[in-house]
Amino acid sequence: MLKISNLQAKIGDKEILKGLNLEVKAGEVHAIMGPNGAGKSTLASVLAGRETYEVTGGSVEFDGKDLLELAPEERAAEGVFLAFQYPVEIPGVSTTNFLKTAVNEIRKYRGEEAMDAVQFLKMFKEKMKIVNIDQSLLNRALNEGFSGGEKKRNEIFQMAVLNPKLAILDETDSGLDIDALRIVAEGVNKLKSPDNATIVITHYQRLLDFIVPDFVHVLYKGRIVKSGTKDLALELEERGYDWIKEELGETV
Amino acid sequence: MNNTDLKTQLIADFKTAEGRMNGEAKSAVHQIRQQALERFDKLGFPTIRHEEWKYSNVKNLVNQAFEFNAVTNFSAEDLAEMPIPNLEGNILYFINGIYNAELSTIVSPDSELQIMTFAEAAKNHADLVEQYFNKYTDYQDNAFTALNTAFAQNGVFVHVPDNKVVEQPIIIRFINDARTLNVASQPRNLIVVGKRSEVQIAEAFRTIGDNASFTNAVTEFVVAEEANVHYYKVQNESDKAYHVGTTSVLQAGKSVFTANTVTANGGFVRNNLNIKIDGEYAEANMFGLYIPNGKQHVDNHTAVDHAKPNSNSNELYKGILKGKSTGVFNGKIFVREDAQKTNAFQSCKNVLLSEDASMNTKPQLEIWADDVKCSHGTTTGQLNDDALFYMQARGISKDTARALLTLAFAQDVIDKFEITSIKEYLQELITEKIYQD
Ligand SMILES: Nc1ncnc2c1ncn2[C@@H]1O[C@H](COP(=O)(O)OP(=O)(O)OP(=O)(O)O)[C@@H](O)[C@H]1O
Ligand SMILES: [Mg+2]
Repeated sequence: MLKISNLQAKIGDKEILKGLNLEVKAGEVHAIMGPNGAGKSTLASVLAGRETYEVTGGSVEFDGKDLLELAPEERAAEGVFLAFQYPVEIPGVSTTNFLKTAVNEIRKYRGEEAMDAVQFLKMFKEKMKIVNIDQSLLNRALNEGFSGGEKKRNEIFQMAVLNPKLAILDETDSGLDIDALRIVAEGVNKLKSPDNATIVITHYQRLLDFIVPDFVHVLYKGRIVKSGTKDLALELEERGYDWIKEELGETV
Repeated sequence: MNNTDLKTQLIADFKTAEGRMNGEAKSAVHQIRQQALERFDKLGFPTIRHEEWKYSNVKNLVNQAFEFNAVTNFSAEDLAEMPIPNLEGNILYFINGIYNAELSTIVSPDSELQIMTFAEAAKNHADLVEQYFNKYTDYQDNAFTALNTAFAQNGVFVHVPDNKVVEQPIIIRFINDARTLNVASQPRNLIVVGKRSEVQIAEAFRTIGDNASFTNAVTEFVVAEEANVHYYKVQNESDKAYHVGTTSVLQAGKSVFTANTVTANGGFVRNNLNIKIDGEYAEANMFGLYIPNGKQHVDNHTAVDHAKPNSNSNELYKGILKGKSTGVFNGKIFVREDAQKTNAFQSCKNVLLSEDASMNTKPQLEIWADDVKCSHGTTTGQLNDDALFYMQARGISKDTARALLTLAFAQDVIDKFEITSIKEYLQELITEKIYQD
């Protein structure tokens, strides 16, 4: 589904991704871990199409298409979804209005008919149950004044509504209380299918108890430097990153 | 035609009109007109060397010829082409400055308000008009106001007696018909609101046709103790329209006056809003929204003068500038020595949607009292890139994302409109303009 080859990206003069390789197949869950500043959010942003990052080399293939050729909204319409590490406040636009616009623009892109108010109402009700989100939150301006946890939950609600092929969750667990973490993780699990895939970026093994990954990768200094199974996450939790740096020949 | 020519033409017009007058030439109102004409003659049209006109150049305006009060065959069918849907209330039409009784409807009972053309009032209610006319509007420093005063004739006179809550709004539509030639009109409105009375008044300006249009409007409000007045000014004129307008307000104690000025379209727009709070525990609200594109120019000059203690003023203007448009905001707050315990807040926020658009803001606070709370802030920026990307990442195209954010930015000013028909009309105008290139 997703094939990232030798991806390089920079911002200004600063090189952040330095030849990153990753392959994700339909039905899989991949976890990406790595120290602060390694480039995890950068990877997520580049995949979503943020223009502030300049891709200087490599390729990204998504469902047979050159992802890097597409505008951010086209990527979304093709089925890429990014749950932001820091969701942005959109004053004056309610979550429901925002999502209605998003859904219908995506449907237009796909040549499907627009959904009407009644259909939306029904669909939103269903999806609200998945992440146990309150209607009152959805009526408010998107993310404006939302608590950290509410923002994260709202991201997963949006994911449920947009039903992406590839979901990239950037530290969705941070800021969630323990109950919310479970609810959000269960939500993600409910949305899982053999046809879609998930990339979970996290610092904590805890989330991976709920969303069990097929593969765990360590992103360090702009590259995937180590890959393994969920046991790798346990090992990182226990030992930190120093041993990996040592393996790479760095003195710690 | 150069600067002096338009001036000469106007002064000659004045003499001609005066020659046709009978008894009215001796009336007090006409004395004021004469003085105003003399003043206009002295001042001449302002140039950019004038401090108050530094960023608004009227050179192109005064270099054109205009037909004042041009006769027109504007009909109900023409009006149907430019509807404000679901209009309800007292609806008055002025075409090229001339009252059109056929199109107009007055529904409020006489007991609630008296409403008539300014000309009729000057003739038949000279005492009332004399009592209030030009009492606060200052034409000494403003050539356009002097000019309007000299020709004060067209427009409405509204008188709400004491203790009346006027149920139906007053909506005055000024339409300049520029289909066959350059036209000009000089509406002069005088609105007197009695003690403890309430009224909503909207002025809606439009043009039709491809020739140039010039509107030089002056509206005066006299607001008595404890009265509550909502005033709306909605401008949707052509790219070839020049609009210079002054609204002067005199507020007595415990009164509330709220002005909403929205410029949806217009080639060159200059709005002056001058409020004098001449009583205690009064409140003045000034809201504005402007969205010029292309080469349009919108200038809002506001001034609130706190002359007495314990009153509040509150101002929020928002600008959305596209294309090569230019905007000006000048907000004056005066707090006189007597006006202790004044609260005055001013804010002007602007979004530049293009690199070629520009905005000039200037807050001017002059405070002579010491126990006051005043604050002001102006911002001019672009749409938030993070927000745009966030929306795009959800599948919303960049254009739609920009439009949604822009509309959200404008929304709180639109939401302050309490006349439903006008609010819906504006919502549509603004939305359309935002989605335009
Ligand atoms: N706009 C920017 N300007 C300059 N440097 C940037 C910018 N954005 C990111 N960087 C730098 O790029 C590097 C990678 O940042 P990124 O956000 O991808 O890290 P991360 O792996 O997600 O870290 P964290 O675990 O803290 O979220 C960091 O050193 C960061 O400071
Ligand atoms: Mg990050």
